Amino acid sequence: MNIIKNRYTFFLISLLIIVPGLVFMGLNWAQTKEGPLPLGIDFRGGSLLEVQFENARPTVEEIATLYAEFSSAAEPIADPIIQPLAEDSFAIRSKSMTDETKGKMIVEMEARYGTKVTVLNFTSVSPAIGAEVTRAAGFAILLAAVAILLYIWWAFRGVEHPYRYGAAAVIAMLHDVLVVLGTEAILGYFLGWEADALFLTALLTVIGFSVHDTIVVFDRVRENSNILRRVEYETMVNHSIVQTLDRSITTQLTVMLTLFSLVLFGGDSTRHFVIILLVGIFSGTYSSIFNAAPILVVWENREWTTWFKRKAETSA
Amino acid sequence: MRNKNTWLVVIILLVAFSLWVDLSDNLLVANPFSDTPLVERNVETKLGLDLRGGLQALLEADVPAETVVTSEELVNAKNILQNRANALGVSEVVMQTAGDRRIVAEFPGVTNPEEVVSALKQTALLEFVDMGTTPLPEGSKIQTDFGMENAPATTESGETIYKTIMTGAGLQTASVTRSQTGEYAISFVLKSDATDVFGEYTTSHQQQYLAIVLDKQVISAPIIQSPITDGQGQISGNFTQETAQTLSVQLRSGALPIPIKVVESRTVGPTLGEESLRKSVQAGLIGLAVVILFMGIYYRVPGVVADMALITYALFTLMLFKLIPVVLTLPGIAGFILSVGMAVDANVLIFERLKEELRNGRNLNQAIDLAWSRAWPSIRDSNTSTLITSLILFIFGNTFGASIVKGFSITLALGVIVSLFTAIIVTRTFLHTLLDKIKLAEHPRWFGL
Repeated sequence: MNIIKNRYTFFLISLLIIVPGLVFMGLNWAQTKEGPLPLGIDFRGGSLLEVQFENARPTVEEIATLYAEFSSAAEPIADPIIQPLAEDSFAIRSKSMTDETKGKMIVEMEARYGTKVTVLNFTSVSPAIGAEVTRAAGFAILLAAVAILLYIWWAFRGVEHPYRYGAAAVIAMLHDVLVVLGTEAILGYFLGWEADALFLTALLTVIGFSVHDTIVVFDRVRENSNILRRVEYETMVNHSIVQTLDRSITTQLTVMLTLFSLVLFGGDSTRHFVIILLVGIFSGTYSSIFNAAPILVVWENREWTTWFKRKAETSA
Repeated sequence: MRNKNTWLVVIILLVAFSLWVDLSDNLLVANPFSDTPLVERNVETKLGLDLRGGLQALLEADVPAETVVTSEELVNAKNILQNRANALGVSEVVMQTAGDRRIVAEFPGVTNPEEVVSALKQTALLEFVDMGTTPLPEGSKIQTDFGMENAPATTESGETIYKTIMTGAGLQTASVTRSQTGEYAISFVLKSDATDVFGEYTTSHQQQYLAIVLDKQVISAPIIQSPITDGQGQISGNFTQETAQTLSVQLRSGALPIPIKVVESRTVGPTLGEESLRKSVQAGLIGLAVVILFMGIYYRVPGVVADMALITYALFTLMLFKLIPVVLTLPGIAGFILSVGMAVDANVLIFERLKEELRNGRNLNQAIDLAWSRAWPSIRDSNTSTLITSLILFIFGNTFGASIVKGFSITLALGVIVSLFTAIIVTRTFLHTLLDKIKLAEHPRWFGL
């Protein structure tokens, strides 16, 4: 099996997956003018109220009217986004409101619609803190990337050019981050999914897993580079990938099995989270095998010097 | 592998201990020589708010961004808020400072989040109130003229409006003392400007009642025995040590040292939490079962051994969750399930190596030890990188009061550490032990070759 030989085909596959994601990030941006992903209240600030009605559920219009009545200059909660849930509940998103306002509104709902109202879930985040969390999240990802780069650099100090391993691992990681962000952008565009704190957790997990997986492949390269000194670098890297392939597939399978059971049986509150994890972890394994290790070869051969000179030959 | 039998004993003891912890809510070791138990510890599984329902509020110092909030102010504010929450009768309140200007407050199982939040937001106001000759009982709600100009004698609905002499701002210190008869009292010292106001008032109002009022609620209404002109005084009343202590704390820091606002509030109804818990646990068990089946079928004997290691892994992790204790949240359970995957990965790495070594014609004993030592660097480095990520997540979650992220990182990190132990020590010990008992080497097929 020669994976390294076809490296540019695999790079192309990655691009084909990443580019549509980028396009939809652009579309989201054009639509909301806020950013590449539809952000949930954890990042943007606002309120999410999930209420269940014991008897007849009021109409969407009635809820909108109620919100308009409770809207004030300090809490401009008019024009909420109202989503019916199951048979008897609503998820209502609005600008941020206080617990007191929510309490009054629930009392009013019970009086007006003559039914018992249960609050399933209420979250309210002020816009300022949302913006801060977004910044901090970006910073956390950057910090993780740097820490991992440094760690791999150090852990591979026994081989030639250890920083290449760190850099290649981080590039593969960024690949996975882009795949995850792209998936979220597409799902956000079509299904209205919003990135929330759980999405961030999933993204950070994918980062951890991606590097975890890359290191296993690189570890073989590290080991083989000492044993197979006479073999050409390209062949040695390919050999290492093939040697770890069984393990990569098995691990991938077991993690997928646990995640699938979470998707199927884990309930609604974690479904978004787990689907993002599934995509990210699949991408993590793909990028370790088909991106990270081939990047080492591209770097070793300094192939970018010939990219524009003899295109036909290198992309074959 | 040396010390195989020692490890086997250690593992068996650990499994026995973890079973004890996992299956009980309360650890109790009776003392044979007396009635007081030797060890008693509550090890109930702590569930997060998203699984049991309740309110979580993120509070922030309501001061301009450039104003520095000292950690002392923040901790004081936290303690006062904690007292207030306890006064509301909410049990198991958890308050923690997060970063340098925030406090995370958690109220499991509350059904009235609005009231709790509004009680927290209040800036407690301590007043010394002129009550004339008819004191009101402790706990009465009253109206005072603090902050009003030319206040009328009664409100529109006929309630008396009492006159505020001074507020808690005039107090220097307050502490608990005991009188000669053994009764608890509170002695206080006033600031110099307040001393004059107080001296004048107490001179002209002897044998009248001076009520101490916190948030418009009478705490006690002592009688003025003699003028207090030196700025030092004592409040006596029907105090126990505890109530005196509480009051002195309230007097010292009656008002919050910093104004507080609610920047984030999450309420999860109990039904939703219960359902999430049930489904996640169910999904986790199914996932574990599928992995166990898969490992057994794919890797045969080593797979079954790894399954045993996986079960000890689950037992140990649950034990740590209960002992530390780790508050389990929904993402926390997800982190745990993910770490199961990583625990399996360590075994997969070793077994793939084992197969390779066997194919290269080594005997089984050699192959096992070689497989472990060769797989170790990749297990070490890959798990270290996961630990680095969880550490960054933990710091991020802790600083911003994002308890979702924090819970996830703790369970993931714990899972990784335990999985290292089970993959390296437990699987290997089991495999060697098995090897001594049966002539496995005669059955290469059992190893999936």
